Amino acid sequence: MEKRVTFKGIWLPLLLVLPQILITAIFFFYPAGQAIWQSLFIPDPFGLSMQWVGLGNFEYLFSDRYYRASFVTTAVFSILVTVVSMGVALYLAILADRLIKGSGTYRTLLIWPYAVAPAVAGVLWLFMFNTRVGVVTWYLGHLGYDWNHVLNEGEAMGLVVVASAWGRISYNFLFFLAGLQAIPKSVIEAAAIDGAHFWTRFRTIVWPLLSPTTFFLLVVNIIYAFFETFGVIHTITSGGPQQATTILVYKVYSDGFVGQDLGSSAAQSVVLLFIVSILTVVQFKYIERRVHY
Amino acid sequence: MSEHTGMVEKRGAGLWLTHLGLIIGVAFIFFPIWLAFVASTVTNAEIIRPPMPLWPGDQFVENYTRALTAGINAPVALMMWNSLVMAMGIALGKIAISLLSAFAIVYFKFPGRQLFFWLIFLTLMLPVEVRIVPTYEVIANFGMLNSYQGLILPLIASATATFLFRQFFMTVPDELAEAARVDGAGPMRFFFDILLPMSRTNIAALFVILFIYGWNQYLWPLLITTDPDMNTIVMGIKQMFPSGDDFAHWPTIMATSILAMVPPVIVVVGMQKLFIRGLVESEK
Repeated sequence: MEKRVTFKGIWLPLLLVLPQILITAIFFFYPAGQAIWQSLFIPDPFGLSMQWVGLGNFEYLFSDRYYRASFVTTAVFSILVTVVSMGVALYLAILADRLIKGSGTYRTLLIWPYAVAPAVAGVLWLFMFNTRVGVVTWYLGHLGYDWNHVLNEGEAMGLVVVASAWGRISYNFLFFLAGLQAIPKSVIEAAAIDGAHFWTRFRTIVWPLLSPTTFFLLVVNIIYAFFETFGVIHTITSGGPQQATTILVYKVYSDGFVGQDLGSSAAQSVVLLFIVSILTVVQFKYIERRVHY
Repeated sequence: MSEHTGMVEKRGAGLWLTHLGLIIGVAFIFFPIWLAFVASTVTNAEIIRPPMPLWPGDQFVENYTRALTAGINAPVALMMWNSLVMAMGIALGKIAISLLSAFAIVYFKFPGRQLFFWLIFLTLMLPVEVRIVPTYEVIANFGMLNSYQGLILPLIASATATFLFRQFFMTVPDELAEAARVDGAGPMRFFFDILLPMSRTNIAALFVILFIYGWNQYLWPLLITTDPDMNTIVMGIKQMFPSGDDFAHWPTIMATSILAMVPPVIVVVGMQKLFIRGLVESEK
């Protein structure tokens, strides 16, 4: 795509792109290059010099039981967050779409949590399930269930999943509702006249027509679960118990800043970089397809 | 019309079931926020002897005043100010540099144009979470720890906004630039008098998205603001929990959580139309 009409000049456009290029170079390309470079070295114990180890950091990384476990944790976490938040959002969007009047009101009410930061969402859910004062914990205790996400790995995972999915429902709801409202009512009515019931109509008409939205949300939600849920994990579990909720992004942080293991942290950054690239390519491929529909 | 829609949409009992389902959904979504609000209006003694009340108490003014003026590590009013500066800096900074570079890329033919385009494009791929350690080192070397520049600059190095404006500029009719040129108006005159006013809605929609993005940042402020007076509100909440086995002061923490939500919620609900537009466009 090119503009037919352009202005003349060389220095002016260079001056115009300069701020963005400068900021991108200093705060993006240089650090990203550093991450790749550092991943090939290990610092000596005194931090005075760096020793070339080639792919040694990566070999060490993948032989690390905790790092491999972190992959599984990330996969489980991302899939659960995506399925829970998309499932609840789709359910609510289908209900709202059935209303002739009032879907706008529900939209305004459901849009709220989008504005709540993941870290704040973490604090809210932590408060409800706090082992000493949490109101849900207390009622569960009275029902005979002893909730303790500080010790129980499954409960810790459940809590960070729900807290992460909760904040994401608004976003998915908005896209699902827009997708549902874009389906021509005449198609659905035609099926209804033919005697197709709600579930049949959903399975054979609505779901296939909604699939572009669903695919798009799938990718976007996985990216969210990978990178934007750090706040939830840090506030609720700090990666524990026994690293049961240490997702990859959390591990980069805890190894790099808490553990001061720069070589390993840089290698982990490079692995993440690789994963993001794949996800981005998938996203772009998909969006290209969406244009043609 | 109602004859027609009756085929698909429910009426009577079905309609009430639909409303009931939605109300349960809304209640589930709101419960955590409600509980936080209740906790911010009672005394700590009422919370640490569970179960806490489910209806607001009479400590609203005390708790919020204490949080805003004293806080736990730093006054929450100060943390909100830091968040505001950070969010506005990110939103306005990103919009400004993106408008300029998108203008240059679309309306000029200059050496390196394609190269710059791809360099900017690459930044789409790498969130700050991935490059935290080296970016931290850059900021430390510049002496920007505990500073607003340090909070803002690394987060505006991303191309989403540039792309959005580029797409929009491509749809602006060529005749406008043609006319400007014939009238002898320079490129910057065209930019300020024609292009900028036309982009108003896009700028506003993007502002909503970027403001929330900036306000809700957590990891980056956590790394580079070690001084409590530079903490942002979203990252400052976690710092309010005591490290040992002590009881947290829940009313203050929950009042802070509510205060952390208020500005972005106002922006989202108040500018709902722009927000949805911004959301849909920035994901295209």
